[in-house]
Amino acid sequence: MTGFTAEGGHGAVPTEGVPVTPDAPAGRGSWPLFEVFVRGKRGLNHVHVGSLHAADERMALLHARDGYTRRNEGVSIWVVRSTDITASSPAEKDPFFAPSGDKVYRHPTFYSIPDDVPHL
Amino acid sequence: MTAIAEAPELEAYFDRTVADDQRIEPRDWMPEAYRKTLIRQVAQHAHSEIIGMQPEGNWLTRAPSLRRKAILLAKVQDEAGHGLYLYSAAETLGADRDDLTVKLIEGRQKYSSIFNYPTLTFADVGVIGWLVDGAAICNQVPLCRSSYGPYARGMVRICKEESFHQRQGYELLLTMVRGTPAQRAMVQESVDRWWWPSLMMFGPPDSDSPNTEQSMRWRVKRHTNDELRQRFVDMTVPQAEALGVTLPNPDLRWNPERGRYDFGEPDWVEFKEVVGGRGPCNAERLAQRRAAHENGAWVREAAAVSAAKRRERAS
Repeated sequence: MTGFTAEGGHGAVPTEGVPVTPDAPAGRGSWPLFEVFVRGKRGLNHVHVGSLHAADERMALLHARDGYTRRNEGVSIWVVRSTDITASSPAEKDPFFAPSGDKVYRHPTFYSIPDDVPHL
Repeated sequence: MTAIAEAPELEAYFDRTVADDQRIEPRDWMPEAYRKTLIRQVAQHAHSEIIGMQPEGNWLTRAPSLRRKAILLAKVQDEAGHGLYLYSAAETLGADRDDLTVKLIEGRQKYSSIFNYPTLTFADVGVIGWLVDGAAICNQVPLCRSSYGPYARGMVRICKEESFHQRQGYELLLTMVRGTPAQRAMVQESVDRWWWPSLMMFGPPDSDSPNTEQSMRWRVKRHTNDELRQRFVDMTVPQAEALGVTLPNPDLRWNPERGRYDFGEPDWVEFKEVVGGRGPCNAERLAQRRAAHENGAWVREAAAVSAAKRRERAS
């Protein structure tokens, strides 16, 4: 039974002859992409939870509420156009972060203190 | 600022990351075949969630009480949300959501065969929650550890919500089997129809599933089809006993040597027919999805024009 497998959540789907490359640029009436950040509760940072499409910022907030906080997952939402985000570099771990790699003296464990000295 | 590493070096880094059970993130280098496999997997999973709203949506206006109606609405809304999380994950791989929708309604990308069966009675709402969502949970829990970060994170959210889906279904069935003989018969009849299609959700037998090996090496699939199917049967049998329903499976029996249940083979001919587009509801599901998309076109356009006007006025 070539060409089918149970991938994804609900089981068997075809795996052969399934095109995955986008055909044409998005048509008229298509909405821009927004990234969504949710503050889970007071005292926590906003955390990126995903993205959505909306016509504008106002609609993005409404959709984010319906999409990402249906069960009290948040007390505050930020939305920002995906194109407005500047990211460090292609890889998640690369030479961009090298400058902090060799500065072990920035960490408290770098310093040896006698065991009998309290509160340090 | 960043040196462009040579391809072999990038590939070695990718392989090491996956082998160490670390996550691949959207801006990481990845082999083209990995990207394509994931877009296919995530897109068709998203389509399954979206089409999956229809079988149960069929009962929204005829739910027997306000309580059941509110629960069913919340569940169908969750399916839409799951579709959104997954389309969002697919877009991090370079897919375009509008394009994915077009590929779905043109039938070029598919969705799970389970949603091509009709929901004939209200008991089907319960049985879908219990068996179909139960099977989905078996498939989805391991995907929370998929090597692709955005997909894995989406699955964590989805799995939390699926638990509500399964429990509301089981509770619905418990209520019905404690009711009249006609209600009990309705539950049994529904189980008879959904049992085998639920087992088919795990895909063809391992001996007949050539794609599994590569997907497991990439850790976008964690267990084989047969292993997941076995887990599902072992979990479900005691739940069926508690409900007092009979699973329509004459070969089903406890195997003390294996410490698991033996069960027969699903009808793979039927499976191929349904996956191939010749199931009871394939045409209807796609037609409804297409109609929803086309009937909503003016709303999407109007919102875009309105947003543009508001931006103009503000500038």
